[in-house]
Amino acid sequence: MNRLMRNKKNLSKLSVSSLMVLTTLVCSLLSPLATAQTSAEKGLAQAKERKARDIGWGDSVAKTSMILRNKQGDASTRKMRLKSLEVLDDGDKGLTIFDQPRDVKGTAFLNFSHAIKPDEQWLYLPALKRVKRISSRNKSGPFMGSEFSYEDLSSFEIEKYNYNYLRDETINGMDCFVVEQTPNDKFSGYTKLMVWTDKEHYRVQKIEFYDRKKSLLKTLTFHDYKQYLDKYWRSLKLNMINHQTGKSTDFITDELAFKTGLVDKDFNKASLKRAR
Amino acid sequence: MSNIRIIENLNKILLTGLLTALLPLTAAAESELTGKVVAESRFFLQDAAYANQTDNQFSLSMEAEWFNDWNDGMDSLTFKPFFRYDSEDSERTHGDIRELLWLHVGEDWEIRTGIGKVYWGVTESQHLVDVINQTDNVEAIDGEQKLGQPMVHLSLIKEWGTIDAFILPWFRQSNFASLDGRFRPGLEVKGDQALFESGSEEKHVDLALRWSHTIEDWDVGLSYFKGTDRNAGFVGGFDDDVYLRPYYAQMDQIGADIQATIESWLFKVEVIHRKTDADSFTAMTGGFEYTIGGAFDTVWDLGILAEYQYDERDDVVIAAGQNDLFFGSRIAFNDEDGTELLFGLVQDLDRSSSRSGLLEASSRINDNWKWRVDAWFFQSDTANEVTYVVRKDDFVQFSLEYYW
Repeated sequence: MNRLMRNKKNLSKLSVSSLMVLTTLVCSLLSPLATAQTSAEKGLAQAKERKARDIGWGDSVAKTSMILRNKQGDASTRKMRLKSLEVLDDGDKGLTIFDQPRDVKGTAFLNFSHAIKPDEQWLYLPALKRVKRISSRNKSGPFMGSEFSYEDLSSFEIEKYNYNYLRDETINGMDCFVVEQTPNDKFSGYTKLMVWTDKEHYRVQKIEFYDRKKSLLKTLTFHDYKQYLDKYWRSLKLNMINHQTGKSTDFITDELAFKTGLVDKDFNKASLKRAR
Repeated sequence: MSNIRIIENLNKILLTGLLTALLPLTAAAESELTGKVVAESRFFLQDAAYANQTDNQFSLSMEAEWFNDWNDGMDSLTFKPFFRYDSEDSERTHGDIRELLWLHVGEDWEIRTGIGKVYWGVTESQHLVDVINQTDNVEAIDGEQKLGQPMVHLSLIKEWGTIDAFILPWFRQSNFASLDGRFRPGLEVKGDQALFESGSEEKHVDLALRWSHTIEDWDVGLSYFKGTDRNAGFVGGFDDDVYLRPYYAQMDQIGADIQATIESWLFKVEVIHRKTDADSFTAMTGGFEYTIGGAFDTVWDLGILAEYQYDERDDVVIAAGQNDLFFGSRIAFNDEDGTELLFGLVQDLDRSSSRSGLLEASSRINDNWKWRVDAWFFQSDTANEVTYVVRKDDFVQFSLEYYW
């Protein structure tokens, strides 16, 4: 039985690596054509590559903190645990369990994100033992009073934006593509995002968010990138600055583990009710 | 085999069983202790309707939760005791085991055994389908605090929905304010003099079944309950005084609760049909909740709620929402203190002078402390109506909550 499993694992590893060889081959075949690409095509191709490099992570469990700072520098802390499940060909599933502040401890949030249709969301209120389906329309609202909106924290799906490659630029010593992303969802809180992605690993380094009035609202920078499973890069510290209010939030990943064995049934209303 | 041998073996078996059961609690188990303490002061704004009733009251409550899991989280035990001290109302000084529940999680099933709490339904102004737990009447006027219910609760989680089956072996009686307390009728309700339709009284075994499912934008639940009606009726009693005795009938209830989540709208409806020996009626609550994100050019969420309440029974003494309209608004300020404001009004459409209103506000002080203000007012000049009983009980309540 065990041997069978091991063989199966090897088999899947094999197919993944052969797929990668294939992708590289296709990419090198296509590269002579790159000069003929329009800026929109180039932007889209980079987004696809960014997404392609992040396929296959499976599932993860994270312990995270958010440090909220106001203009005066007063800080307050949020703590939560995030369980995530990769869903191929659709948005990912997520279960968030809140630990701090203490009055919301035990509150849990289930999210099925989708590329085109609205996300499906449920909230579990432990005092009432009530599961409440909530509207996902209001995605521009602050998450837990922080400078992150629900939209900022949802999974990256190619269909969510239109892309326009602008230029190359070096930030923090890294060669980056600068791409303008325009949200396809008319209920997005943003008119555009300026995204800096490093050329070497296709890791997002910086995002500028422009509000509905087209003025610069927030800047998000990504720090402490770490590689998991020899493939997937995750930033362990996100820093969001709101230029209009002077407030900022650090989103810190304290612990992170991949391939923990989570499956689809760990993300339903029944598991939401007993989330700890 | 001699009798002694049998007993010895039995002892061994029992001991082994006990050790196996306790081992996980001592070894690889993960346990957690949390809870809250709340101090509250209530000030009544009018002279009391009846003699003895208090004008203000102070109260202190505590709820702790001890949680322990083992077997890789597949088994857990939760113990949640609750106690309240009230300065005026001796019946409100009370304790309860809100939860003492062993949960076992299987492949596509879960079983909960012990004392627990269950919530069914979708509407905000009234909870018609939610009948598993008895309301902790003396706790709060909104009826959202519940007494722990002994149960065996099996859940099957399938592709086609979730089935919840309940065996409820013990009925929890309602509690009522003492003569010193507010929110009571003119006559004293003597809870210990309760009458039951069933000869087995509190030991009557109630049964319940529910199917619930999510289909795209729709969250649907269908439920059936057979057993003791959680709502008490009243009959007169006489000794030196006249008093009221709660009467608990047997009932059959089918219920449906449906919510459609469409864009910024939540459309909700709950319908029940309840049959007792004396009555057979339909009641419903239906309406919507609409949320405007980023209202007034701020980061506030402004929610607007409206629900219509219908009860087939014309008898206004027992049916509160027989033809009433609820309107409410909720503002979440989305600040770091989680400040929220809720306002609501229930207007009786048959009797224009009969209405009740509420205002709730709360915010965090820091990670552990929170303040809360609740205010209610009641208006009625129809002597045989439910709201009339509490017409003099308008109050403002200030609470300070500590969470650990």
